Amino acid sequence: MVLATEVVDELYRIRSERGKGFMRRVYLDHAATTAVHPQVLQTMLPYLQDQFGNPSSIYSWGREAKAAIENARAQVAALINADPAEIIFTGSGTEADNTALVGVASALGHKGRHIITSKIEHHAILHTAEDLEQKGFQVTYLPVDGDGLVDPEDLKKALTPETILVSIMFANNEIGTIEPIGQLAQIAKEHGVLFHTDAVQAVGNVPVDVKELGVDLLSLSGHKIYAPKGVGALYVRRGTKIKPFIHGGAQERKFRAGTENVPGIVGLGKAAELARLELPERRAHLIELRDYLIEGVLGSIDHVRLNGHRTCRLPGNANFSFEFVEGESLLLSLDLAGIAASSGSACTSGSLEPSHVLLAIGLPHEIAHGSLRLTLGRENTKEDIDYVLSVLPDIVNRLRAMSPLAPKGGLSCV
Amino acid sequence: MYNEKVMDHFMHPRNVGEIDNPDGVGQVGNPVCGDIMKIFLRIQDGRIEDIKFKTFGCGAAIATSSMVTELVKGKTLDEAMQISNKAVAEALDGLPAPKMHCSNLAADALHAAIEDYKKKQQTSK
Repeated sequence: MVLATEVVDELYRIRSERGKGFMRRVYLDHAATTAVHPQVLQTMLPYLQDQFGNPSSIYSWGREAKAAIENARAQVAALINADPAEIIFTGSGTEADNTALVGVASALGHKGRHIITSKIEHHAILHTAEDLEQKGFQVTYLPVDGDGLVDPEDLKKALTPETILVSIMFANNEIGTIEPIGQLAQIAKEHGVLFHTDAVQAVGNVPVDVKELGVDLLSLSGHKIYAPKGVGALYVRRGTKIKPFIHGGAQERKFRAGTENVPGIVGLGKAAELARLELPERRAHLIELRDYLIEGVLGSIDHVRLNGHRTCRLPGNANFSFEFVEGESLLLSLDLAGIAASSGSACTSGSLEPSHVLLAIGLPHEIAHGSLRLTLGRENTKEDIDYVLSVLPDIVNRLRAMSPLAPKGGLSCV
Repeated sequence: MYNEKVMDHFMHPRNVGEIDNPDGVGQVGNPVCGDIMKIFLRIQDGRIEDIKFKTFGCGAAIATSSMVTELVKGKTLDEAMQISNKAVAEALDGLPAPKMHCSNLAADALHAAIEDYKKKQQTSK
């Protein structure tokens, strides 16, 4: 059997051989998505063919599928120290975020119409919050400091008797900063306000314990942790007042209608189990590579800054701003060298504005345009980082030589 | 996303650099929107004898800058003024739709440089 990835590999090989010979390929965009873990794929395959039943059916095919979902629910619950009954499977992390905000707003809108979130949330939260504003809710967007941290004092000041929900992300998808979620959730709790966290980037990468943190709702996504795309989950603490977001059948105890994505859910379950078992090693591996990458870049290129908190950051996240160059040009150049990365420049955000996260941490527009995010994963090696460090300085230098913003006479690499 | 011609001009841009004591300089764009194009001209007998550019921006910004320098080198000023942003994009066999407004400003930079040259000519008369 020829896998699609092998076809792509072959195409890249042919393309690169026409050019400069065999090209190394390094995937450094794990915050965007990850490859399905081989063990996850193996666990999923039966549910695409022999065990294809609808979990709502009463005969054996249905019962087998139902049992598989319940097994996955227990696996996901174990990863975040929840009870299986507190896990609702969704179609994505975005759907989990939408469900949390809209579901709480629907359930508690009669009690109060104020929601608090932050300026650096994922668009799944921000755009949902903006939509709720259109529907008469008031939303406070908390600022962050230069490292991207929310100040708990700001949350205390923003709470009003009208506040029904606080939603602050566990870790930022762009700059990797990890927020003081336990502290923030505690403040919300003291005021009797529900607390949601978008933990899509954190789960599987850092320990997440919903009981210890004291959060009421938590979103996670499959394809960030080596499960397939199209599956996520929302943790809803028992007793939390929330209404369904998607209506229809009685799936997920009438909370999320629609025939379950059984293979996806089984895959998420297996991925969660692997993440739980491998977490300490994965985390140590990523931190080692990340710090090697950060030190290598800061040590070999001038006029560069690390975005996000130096230590309170995701194990696999490195985000830099290179002065005098633009992010898309960096991405194109890296792609030609076989390296997959991401940027917060306007050209890559699909608008004229650079990333809202980089602006929120106080970067001027031109510095925000020159950002580069490299996010590491379980299959990356030190050789991958060495390769990046061997090509990145030349790429930055080439673009700077073309830039009217760079000081005349050029910049020397250290 | 970009075609081969655009990528060729992005990877191997023509006429990058600056001209010492140029006869005309034009700059468009700003750092806020993420694109700045600067064109330097050397004019001889009403023709563009030499042209160089420096650009901060995305792939399209660099490729269009490169292409416009190639299109007008050796041309008369009147001919150069006729070149439009659209013509530059067409010479590159097209740009992705979102790039047509934000990063396709190279002809504007060229025209600004020619205007600068003309203004300098008038003041020196």
